[in-house]
Amino acid sequence: MMHQSVSVTDSSLSIRGLQLSFGAVQVLHDVSMEIGRGEFIVLLGGSGSGKSTILNCIAGLLDVSDGQIFINGRNVTWEEPKDRGIGMVFQSYALYPQMTVRGNLAFGLKNAKLPKDEIARRIDRAARILQIEDYLDRKPGALSGGQRQRVAIGRALVRDVDLFLFDEPLSNLDAKLRAELRVEIKRLHEKLGNTMVYVTHDQIEAMTLASRIALLRHGVIQQFDTPDEIYRRPVNLYVAGFIGSPSMNFLKGRIEGEDFVFNSHRIPLAGYDGRPRDGEAILGVRPEHTGFRTGTDGVTAKVELQEHMGAESVIHLSLDGQRFALRTPDDTHIPEGTTLSLTFDISRASLFDPQSELRL
Amino acid sequence: MADFAMEARGPRPRSRISPRSIMIYGTLVLVAIYYLIPLYVMVVTSLKGLPEIRLGNIFSPPVEATFEPWVKAWSQACTGLNCDGLQRGFWNSVRITVPSVIISILIASINGYALANWRFKGAEAFFAVLMIGAFIPYQVMIYPMVILLRELGIYGGLTGLVLVHTVFGMPILTLLFRNYFSTLPEELFKAARVDGTGFWGIYFRIMLPSSLPIIVVAVILQVTGIWNDFLFGVVFTRPEYYPMTVQLNNIVNTTTGVREYNVNMAATILTGLVPLLIYFVSGRLFVRGIAAGAVKG
Repeated sequence: MMHQSVSVTDSSLSIRGLQLSFGAVQVLHDVSMEIGRGEFIVLLGGSGSGKSTILNCIAGLLDVSDGQIFINGRNVTWEEPKDRGIGMVFQSYALYPQMTVRGNLAFGLKNAKLPKDEIARRIDRAARILQIEDYLDRKPGALSGGQRQRVAIGRALVRDVDLFLFDEPLSNLDAKLRAELRVEIKRLHEKLGNTMVYVTHDQIEAMTLASRIALLRHGVIQQFDTPDEIYRRPVNLYVAGFIGSPSMNFLKGRIEGEDFVFNSHRIPLAGYDGRPRDGEAILGVRPEHTGFRTGTDGVTAKVELQEHMGAESVIHLSLDGQRFALRTPDDTHIPEGTTLSLTFDISRASLFDPQSELRL
Repeated sequence: MADFAMEARGPRPRSRISPRSIMIYGTLVLVAIYYLIPLYVMVVTSLKGLPEIRLGNIFSPPVEATFEPWVKAWSQACTGLNCDGLQRGFWNSVRITVPSVIISILIASINGYALANWRFKGAEAFFAVLMIGAFIPYQVMIYPMVILLRELGIYGGLTGLVLVHTVFGMPILTLLFRNYFSTLPEELFKAARVDGTGFWGIYFRIMLPSSLPIIVVAVILQVTGIWNDFLFGVVFTRPEYYPMTVQLNNIVNTTTGVREYNVNMAATILTGLVPLLIYFVSGRLFVRGIAAGAVKG
């Protein structure tokens, strides 16, 4: 994976010590982020991780319990959404049903009392960029899901702001359209060069779009780094298991000197990217970083199931009764019950402390 | 086309006349007749002259149809001292119903919108109090209400009655609107806020235009409820402001003179015409709206 260059000239969005509680339930725990101009930040996490909550706090749709939010160096913590200089795109599109596409785009601008010709100019520009010129006079009900989401993006675009917020914008679309619009959002970002904060639960979207990913769990940022770094060096077991499909395989064992000892097998740790120390440990190996050949020496596992995907296949194995998946570009059929001898690419593996769950 | 006809699919069509369908349609027809007979009797009686009514055949159609009773009910029937018919009551009812319906729906929809979308401090408590109000029998509140209206100086007139109807319609209407607005996507509300719309802007330009079905339900509930009201009308207004229902009662229950059944029937139908019309005009919208405002969340 290419390492994306992140040019942090000055801070576009800064979140400091954000806390949010609903009654006795604390939803966000001390969330802090410094986001540079032009960055594409993805807030990634499962449901209930607080990713959308953070976005709503940035937008000003939720009042924070503690902490501060700065946009372009201005403290906006207690400002109205309209005064924050943001554009927002929602999962359900949230287009005003009784207005035409043009009316939807113009609504916020009219509220801001912009002159008519300026409104027309901005709508024309947004419509051209998003290729929605042909249905400007239609109502949202007469549009397809993909067209609706374009209009929703257009509504953010006409606001002419530096910060775009996306709340799972592609989740309501079918797989093909989702992939198309994903590329389009990426192009749009390159063209406009403004800062984007994008919420999703889809790791493919996160990996492909983000300049940096903030991976959240229970309202705590687990890791805030480039997609490549999160993929290569996940800070803890949760991040390691969340990113990647199929998930990373975890083997329980112990580190003894230069080796990882697992069920009487010794796996040399030469080339490991980290500082392992003796004691209990969990070895995490991604399915795509596992090699195999038929044979009975070294670490062995039995084939249980093979998933063919055309270009590649995923082999599900039983390794001493434990599930283990590996991924191979080789699609040749391997019969069930075959014993395979596995090799692990230690330079791309991760070791974790079983107590703290942190990477070693 | 011929090939197409050969390819018959699905179960064989059954005969329309099965014991099952006879049972179902039979029951439905019986129930319908049961409900329609009184209406039929009323209509035919109202079209007969008094001598014909005295013959006692209440089911027979009029031999000589006359609209005399209808005219009399509308403009000549006597209630108490004045003999200008139901028309006075009709116009009183209009002057009570129209403002009551408009004001109560306007306020209740704002209440519902605020409760559903803004979740202000104390919203739960406010809603709870309102709901308790919905379960207390009206009769309990009549006397305090009389005193309240007297202190406000609007007892006996139309203004007081409009206020009473507005207040008593509030709990159920607020519940209706709150539930409806909770079903609208929350993101619509958020998008409007990002677009710089405030409390009233969102209400008038986003919420209200989307709430036609529930407004229809509210209008029907309020028009029929207020039009058919008797108790509040008789308690809170002076005779010259009596609504149509109270006047109807006074006409029908006159104990002196000849009982003019035809006039009574015509007067009753006239009084019931407004709610009936409302149902006919908006029946389908009503069902849709009721489903939309169903108790949820």
